[in-house]
Amino acid sequence: MRVLVTGASGLLGRHVAREVQAAGHEVRTFQRRPSGLADGRHAAAGIEDSLGSLTEPGDVARAMDGMDAVVHLAAKVSLAGASEEFERVNVDGTRTMLAAAQSAGASRFVQVSSPSVAHSGRSIVGDGALPADPFRARGDYARTKAGAEMLALAADAPGFSVVAVRPHLVWGPGDTQLVGRIVERARAGRLPLLGHGAALIDTTYIDNAASAIAAALERANEVRGRAYVITNGEPRPVAELLGGICAAAGVPAPAWRVPAAVARAAGSAIEAAWRVRPGADEPPMTRFLAEQLSTAHWFDQRAVRDDLLWRPAVSLDEGFRRLAAHYRAHPLR
Amino acid sequence: MSYRLPRAASAPARATMPPLGLDGLDPAFSRVVEAAGRGWHVLDNGQQLADRGIEPVGTILCVHGNPTWSYLWRKLVSGATDAAMNAGTDAAMDAAAPGSAGAWRVIAVDQLDMGFSERTAQRRTLAQRVRDLGDLTDALALDGPVVTLGHDWGGVVSLGWAVDHPDLLAGVMLLNTAIHQPEQYPIPAPLRLALQKSVLGAATVTTPAFLETTLAIAHPRLPRVVADGYRAPYRTADRRGGIGGFVADIPVGVDKSGVAHESIAELDRIAEGIRSIGVPALMLWGPRDPIFSDRYLDDLAERMPHADVHRFEGAGHLVAEDADYVHPVLSWLADLRAAEPATDGSPADDASTPAPAPDGRAAAASAPDYRPLWRHLDALRDSDDLALVEMVPPTGDAPRLVSWKLLSRRVRELAAGLTLLGVQKGDRVSLLVPPGADLTAVLYACVRIGAIVVVADAGLGLRGLTRAVRGARPDHLIGALPGLSAARALGWPGKRISTTRLPEVTRRLLGVHCALADVIALGRGVDGAGEELPEEPAATDTAAVLFTSGSTGPAKGVVYTHGQLAAVTAALSDQYGVGVGTGLVAGFAPFALLGPALGARSATPDMNVTSPKTLTAASVAAAVAAVDATVVFLSPAAIANVVATAGELTADDRRGLAGVQTFLSAGAPVSESLLTSAAELMPNASAHTPYGMTEGLLMADISLDGIRDALGSLRSLRSVGEGAAAGGVCVGRPTATTRIRISPLDDDGRSTATPVDVAGVTGEIVVSAPHVEDHYDRLWITDRASRRGTDATERWHRTGDVGHLDDSGRLWVEGRLPHVITTADGVVTPVAPEQRIERVAGVGRAAVVGVGPRGVQQVVAIVETTAGTRRPGLAAPSLAAAVRASIALPIAAVLVVPRLPTDVRHNSKIDRSRLSAWAGGVLSGERMVAP
Repeated sequence: MRVLVTGASGLLGRHVAREVQAAGHEVRTFQRRPSGLADGRHAAAGIEDSLGSLTEPGDVARAMDGMDAVVHLAAKVSLAGASEEFERVNVDGTRTMLAAAQSAGASRFVQVSSPSVAHSGRSIVGDGALPADPFRARGDYARTKAGAEMLALAADAPGFSVVAVRPHLVWGPGDTQLVGRIVERARAGRLPLLGHGAALIDTTYIDNAASAIAAALERANEVRGRAYVITNGEPRPVAELLGGICAAAGVPAPAWRVPAAVARAAGSAIEAAWRVRPGADEPPMTRFLAEQLSTAHWFDQRAVRDDLLWRPAVSLDEGFRRLAAHYRAHPLR
Repeated sequence: MSYRLPRAASAPARATMPPLGLDGLDPAFSRVVEAAGRGWHVLDNGQQLADRGIEPVGTILCVHGNPTWSYLWRKLVSGATDAAMNAGTDAAMDAAAPGSAGAWRVIAVDQLDMGFSERTAQRRTLAQRVRDLGDLTDALALDGPVVTLGHDWGGVVSLGWAVDHPDLLAGVMLLNTAIHQPEQYPIPAPLRLALQKSVLGAATVTTPAFLETTLAIAHPRLPRVVADGYRAPYRTADRRGGIGGFVADIPVGVDKSGVAHESIAELDRIAEGIRSIGVPALMLWGPRDPIFSDRYLDDLAERMPHADVHRFEGAGHLVAEDADYVHPVLSWLADLRAAEPATDGSPADDASTPAPAPDGRAAAASAPDYRPLWRHLDALRDSDDLALVEMVPPTGDAPRLVSWKLLSRRVRELAAGLTLLGVQKGDRVSLLVPPGADLTAVLYACVRIGAIVVVADAGLGLRGLTRAVRGARPDHLIGALPGLSAARALGWPGKRISTTRLPEVTRRLLGVHCALADVIALGRGVDGAGEELPEEPAATDTAAVLFTSGSTGPAKGVVYTHGQLAAVTAALSDQYGVGVGTGLVAGFAPFALLGPALGARSATPDMNVTSPKTLTAASVAAAVAAVDATVVFLSPAAIANVVATAGELTADDRRGLAGVQTFLSAGAPVSESLLTSAAELMPNASAHTPYGMTEGLLMADISLDGIRDALGSLRSLRSVGEGAAAGGVCVGRPTATTRIRISPLDDDGRSTATPVDVAGVTGEIVVSAPHVEDHYDRLWITDRASRRGTDATERWHRTGDVGHLDDSGRLWVEGRLPHVITTADGVVTPVAPEQRIERVAGVGRAAVVGVGPRGVQQVVAIVETTAGTRRPGLAAPSLAAAVRASIALPIAAVLVVPRLPTDVRHNSKIDRSRLSAWAGGVLSGERMVAP
């Protein structure tokens, strides 16, 4: 197949592009900046870049030309920012991408989504992939990703197989979103533990997220119209996860605690302050983040494994070892 | 007696449909039916079945009481409909049900003046209501077999219909109701109050007080939406006339002017009629009912002795809300259908003669070599040999020596005296007597005359004991002062007999009829050669109700027949060689009582029975010396203290203990090291520990050497990597007459399959032996579940324990069924991983539990550390890593607690259910409190 992977300048996008290419497909990437994959070595193996913006239908149509399938990762991912921007990139961008894929005659569309699309702020204890709900989703990112997933799944039809895949808390070497933030704050002594730190949280090692998305592409016709949450299937207390990441990076683990309720309240206040003072940086704490770090999040993985014929190849502990190796090779400056 | 109800009660109104949106009520089932000029609202799934082309096998006719309406039956209407739809497709709605109930039409009526049926503006007596219901079923042209189901006064009306329609009737089912007001008892206080002329109208009609009171006594509290469902037809006073009418129709005997209540005649007609209706009966009861207490259940059970009875512990008057009655009803109907061919279509045959055991299991128990419990007492009646020694009798300090001659005579005197007092075969006698010579003599006297002894261990605690004694409904109660005081204070039933003569004031205060000494004196007068004693009971007659220890849920009454108790003694005798002339020290209550039945010379050591920890090594040695004992039975808790106090032993003591040949630790698992220490005190004894439960006292046995072998095989297993069904506690091999099977677990951790005899399969342990219990007392559902999927012609018992058999036929226990963890990768049993974690340096005791929904549970380890901790929390990273490394299973979290909660009873079984709930809370972000 010829597969368009959007958002390949990000960590997960790059991994997915390589995974799909390694499975024997031709890959074209689509994003504003070069993916870094289309240099000599990868180009020869069948990865090319098509640069452009998701908000420009012309760019999208050009990228889509001649493609059989799409893995749509491109999105605005942030804990802060203007609502309109989230709306334009995540919802309108997905709509544009779907239309382009249909008119180009593509037959598979993997929508990379997020478990937050179905999360109302309560603990998630062994749930499956519940339906996306933009009315209850928390924050602009989750709300617009919920809308995008609904659009994508609604476009599913015979001959145009749509699958939504929601990797939960993706991390790994080179990850600036989760690992980078944790390490940076821990290093500055600004990473507290929220509550007692025992809330069980399941995460996804980067390679597992990429292989699951590639598996969804292969199985799209068999599982079309459905949504899957992807994780390592190894929930751990949040304190252990933070401790593991900090240990791998060689920075001190969080040593001070903030009661969860205080953190949530503080998150709300800080969020409000940031709204008044918009800028390029992110608030140090949001209510959403406080909830994420003080309530359980783990999922029923049975359907994913049975339907996608997929198993995570890298365990949590192996992931920590690889992260440590990465930090040894790229010490923090 | 006539009441005048408020004017609002006489406002006529037509039948209507209920409003939409009532919680749990599918409006599709509602219809209004005209019968004899009256409008009825009924729930009826007939149309739904017809639409699917399903031909019902019969009709369940449901009649609500006061002040409810057909809403009471909404779950049954839906549940029976779903079951009917699924009947063809193998979707067994109840995993516990081997057969299908088939498709049942359910018709749940709103009685006239009630619910959404017509407000007739006429007073309706009981006789009228029974006729009304007949008019309705005529109008509906019911012809198939009908099983009635009634609650509260609806129970009476439904039974009235049943008595009048024998040709249609196939069975009767009742939830809390009453058919007869025994004259010696006052009517329940809440009803007395409502019946005050001055109160009645206001309580029932003008205000919703009666309705609200009924709704408020649900256990647990009704959700608001459900309470609103019950209120829906009774929103205003003019809708509530029927509620007042019903209360006014309660037949309360003769009023002050000497006029009998007009409904008494009808009630008596029904109450007598049900004695001969001869169809199967099911009674599901909530014992926490301030109105229809167990007394009324007893009355009904006496009229229909063949009835299957289940008391839902903790449920009350609104049992239909408090407990799941739908599945039991459908299961019972399934059994009814399965039994049909056998009874040749006329269930009246087996119903007319009350069977001694409702489930017929007793039939299989009549072993040809049945030998009664009192045979040695008869054979040795002239022997001066020692029968028992009470080391510290209640009166005096010197040990009390009782010869066979004396014991035998005392038993006969008591038997004759009790008979003269009116204790009859089949009467239940609750024994609240501490172990000792008195208890032994009374117990054998009771069983000799066929009275059923009820034995509940004081270790249950007062609440547990109250539940047990009330639930067992004794006719007589024999007790020492503490038991009698409790009986009076808590209103335990039964005619009271004291163990000692009490001062007259105390005697009257406690309502004590007489003392044992009086009974003996009474019996002495008639006991010549013992010919006057009543005929001996048969092997199949019920002998005893023993209460479970309560360590694994509310205590349950376990019923044994004479044949089964005799088989218990035979099993003990076969396994441990206890027989005539054996000296036996019994520090474990159940076995202590069996000494005379074994022909053994027994001694009870000096100990507080409710606290086995008080037994010392010197007391054991003294008891051994008193009867020249070769066999010693102790409980694990007692052994710990015996070992701890071994230093007190004199050289003589040690010489005496050296004569012991068999030493038994019974009651709960005991560690190899403790058993070794105890065995050192009795160097010539072989140490054993039996596996059993109240329902089957001796199922398997293992010796100390066997325990060491098993530990060795565990270690070797571990060194080559563990097998799937490896580990647990080895409890040895089945005893001579016991068969053990394993009922494999499904992915949800349920034990649904047919038991198998295959090594290496983990599942529920299922046992069969002549000495397994007959049935559970008034726990039809529990009883049915306990023999699910087994050969009905044999007596099998599902133990609730999980384990496996190994290649050499040894049984390994891996935990309790409710503690099985169901992960996405399969089921996990707790004991084996706990044993491995307990070997990690720094770890004391460990519990392994699951958190999260069944089927995707995560495994969590909770440990006590040897260093101790003051607060619960996550384990330190190094400890967590060591615990994880000790087992192959993925562990989501390792938690450390100051103390693992254990059962109140034995203080040894870790309460994994509670820990699982606790861990589920803290691991989802709830506050970190102690478990």
